[in-house]
Amino acid sequence: MSGVLNILFVGVGGQGAILASKILSHVALSKGWDVKLSEIHGMAQRGGSVVTQVRMGEIVFSPTIEAGDVHILVAFEKLEAYRWAHMLKKDGKAIVNDQRIEPLPVLIGAAKYPDSILDDLNSSIQNVTVIPALDLATEAGNAKATNVVLMGILAAHMDIPLERWQEALEAKVPAKLLEVNKKAFMAGYNFAVK
Amino acid sequence: MKALLTGNEAIARGAYEYGISVAAAYPGTPSTEILENISKYPEIYSQWSPNEKVAMEVGVGASIAGARTLVAMKHVGVNVAADPLFTAAYSGVRGGLILVSADDPGMHSSQNEQDNRHYAPFAKIPMLEPSDSQEAKDMVKLALEISETFDTPVLLRITTRIAHSQSLVELGEPMEREIKPYTKDAKKFVMIPAHARTRRVFLEERDAQLATFSEQSAANFVEMRQQSFGIITSGVSYQYVKEAFPQASVLRLGITHPIPKQKIMDFANEVDTLFVVEELEPYLENQIKALGIKVVGKDLLPPYGELSVSLLQKNLGAYLNVANPSVAVTTEQSNIMQEVQQPFTAPVRPPVMCPGCPHRGVFYVIKQLKLVVSGDIGCYTLGTMPPLEAMDTCICMGASISAAVGMEKANPELAGKLVAVIGDSTFMHSGVTGLMDVVYNKTAATIIILDNSITAMTGHQYHPGTGKTLMNEDSPTVDFAALAKSLGVRRVAEVDAFDLETVKKVIQEEVAAPEPSVIIARQPCALMLKGQTEAVVCEDCKACRVCLRIGCPALSFDEEGKTVVVNKPLCTGCNVCIQICKFGALRKGGA
Ligand code: SF4
Ligand code: SF4
Repeated sequence: MSGVLNILFVGVGGQGAILASKILSHVALSKGWDVKLSEIHGMAQRGGSVVTQVRMGEIVFSPTIEAGDVHILVAFEKLEAYRWAHMLKKDGKAIVNDQRIEPLPVLIGAAKYPDSILDDLNSSIQNVTVIPALDLATEAGNAKATNVVLMGILAAHMDIPLERWQEALEAKVPAKLLEVNKKAFMAGYNFAVK
Repeated sequence: MKALLTGNEAIARGAYEYGISVAAAYPGTPSTEILENISKYPEIYSQWSPNEKVAMEVGVGASIAGARTLVAMKHVGVNVAADPLFTAAYSGVRGGLILVSADDPGMHSSQNEQDNRHYAPFAKIPMLEPSDSQEAKDMVKLALEISETFDTPVLLRITTRIAHSQSLVELGEPMEREIKPYTKDAKKFVMIPAHARTRRVFLEERDAQLATFSEQSAANFVEMRQQSFGIITSGVSYQYVKEAFPQASVLRLGITHPIPKQKIMDFANEVDTLFVVEELEPYLENQIKALGIKVVGKDLLPPYGELSVSLLQKNLGAYLNVANPSVAVTTEQSNIMQEVQQPFTAPVRPPVMCPGCPHRGVFYVIKQLKLVVSGDIGCYTLGTMPPLEAMDTCICMGASISAAVGMEKANPELAGKLVAVIGDSTFMHSGVTGLMDVVYNKTAATIIILDNSITAMTGHQYHPGTGKTLMNEDSPTVDFAALAKSLGVRRVAEVDAFDLETVKKVIQEEVAAPEPSVIIARQPCALMLKGQTEAVVCEDCKACRVCLRIGCPALSFDEEGKTVVVNKPLCTGCNVCIQICKFGALRKGGA
């Protein structure tokens, strides 16, 4: 709604969506905004689908985002982008990690992983960025930094100086992983701006 | 300084700032992180109790001894703790006593959806409901003051969206922690009938005084805007209301028992159309209607699940457009009121037991043996899902064992094909008493304790069987086998949960035995494994897909190559699949 920016992170348990939302909130706080962050976990570590919602702006009331009201959807896995695409605003942006993690019903042959995900997303959403975030993170030196690669992409879509993001990384990432995460972040950022 | 905190973290911070000295809980989503965060403050003695009833009793004891005390649990935990709670309402407190109930509208991770606000009038204790993290912290202070002023435990009721949402909180300095001097006061703390009868009268007087307090408290406030429609609300619903109807007048209730009747009547007189917006039951609505006030609430809003901004705009907006066109909702709002269609169908991604989970093999064997399974609450409840589908019942913590007794008594034929499965933490919580019943009432039940040495489902909390406390001190470890024997179980077997052949043999023997037996199947939770053993490999796969029946997320089938593939980073090398492949295609890595 007016004056509030709604960002939705979706992914699979263990992919680091929660850390990503904390980095983003830190950035928002450094701008002096009000922030609300909502996550439903409990079974998050057990491979289920994970959603975190970040809302920022002058003043934020509800901790949750309405369907059709998301400005930027960051999907850590493409099937999750598919599942949550309806949350986007008509002119909203989607950042989609081209990674495939099969849910159990698919693994045991009880369901099929859709083949047409990226085509479908491209044809129904105006603004989609598909990114091989896992590869970029691996190149940067740590496959686990996939979430931070995606933050780099997000940064390229938001009007906030890069230093703020760097500071947020410093505040939220453990010191011994900082260098590799900074590299991963820039890999995402450069991918988006090139 | 301001920090972004969840409601749970904010309550813990409040405990620290406002002088709480003792805190106890049993972990349960969405309440778990309250104690986890309190344990970060060494100034506060904090502990996991084996169940909520015990936690409540620890809290009552600490309060009698003079400490400010906090007890936390999820909604269903209050059912367990209700017994001491209702009498603690009589005896009152010495140090302030807070019971946090974290309810779960929408059942994100719960077996039911009860509205624990009803406990407040039922037990005759005051109740506070914060609307964000800042208030969650502030209300710890308010609750302690109410508790000590009015001599009562206080219910601090939150919901998942308060517990797990982060918002800004102003941090303050901790106050001095003091323990009130102990004096014996048997008339107050020994609830024999003669004493309790006096306190019973006091309860009514206290409720009346609290009602006056509620009228005057700043926790119940009015925001006067348009007079055409007003909304009475509490908890997280207040945030939805503010966003959905910025033009509406609002009476926000922070104290929801006792409610401020006069304030409500005054507010009702000021506005033309009056709504009550609350999640779950018509708790406020019914009380307001009892005042003779005309309000609209559950006629428009569902008595289950969570509310949302769009739901309010849609349902209340539609009503307003008809009833009061002069305050019709704006176009911006009506955009949101349109249903959003889900354009794609994605296969579901349910939570699953982790790769290397020690429960998997046991369930596989149970399924092979076609046993009836009386189940319980924990990670192993996930064994209900395909492909294992290894659970017939799951009612509440500890019910697996006692329900098995009932099933067997009702239908003796089941005795030869029934097992109760229960986790180690759940067994500590309330399995022990069920096991006594098994022995005492001479059933032939077979109980399998799935011992992964931790409370896994809620994120790895310690319990009396783990040898560690919440404050990270070493402590004695309960020996399950010795415990079962001391309760009178003669047949106790301990097996390696990954050794399927032995697991199978032992289960068959024990189920056939005409007396109670306990099988302890042991291996640590896969998420605790630090140095991973090597992943298994798959070579010369015969494509029979039998190994897929264990539902390990590290195994999948490659349709083109006609072979099973092992996802190396996921596989923990637990060897369960190796034992299932009849062709020896799955092998130890490197072998
Ligand atoms: S957390 Fe532990 S107990 Fe729970 S499913 Fe995973 S491995 Fe099993
Ligand atoms: S050894 Fe087999 S069952 Fe165990 S984690 Fe690896 S793939 Fe899964």
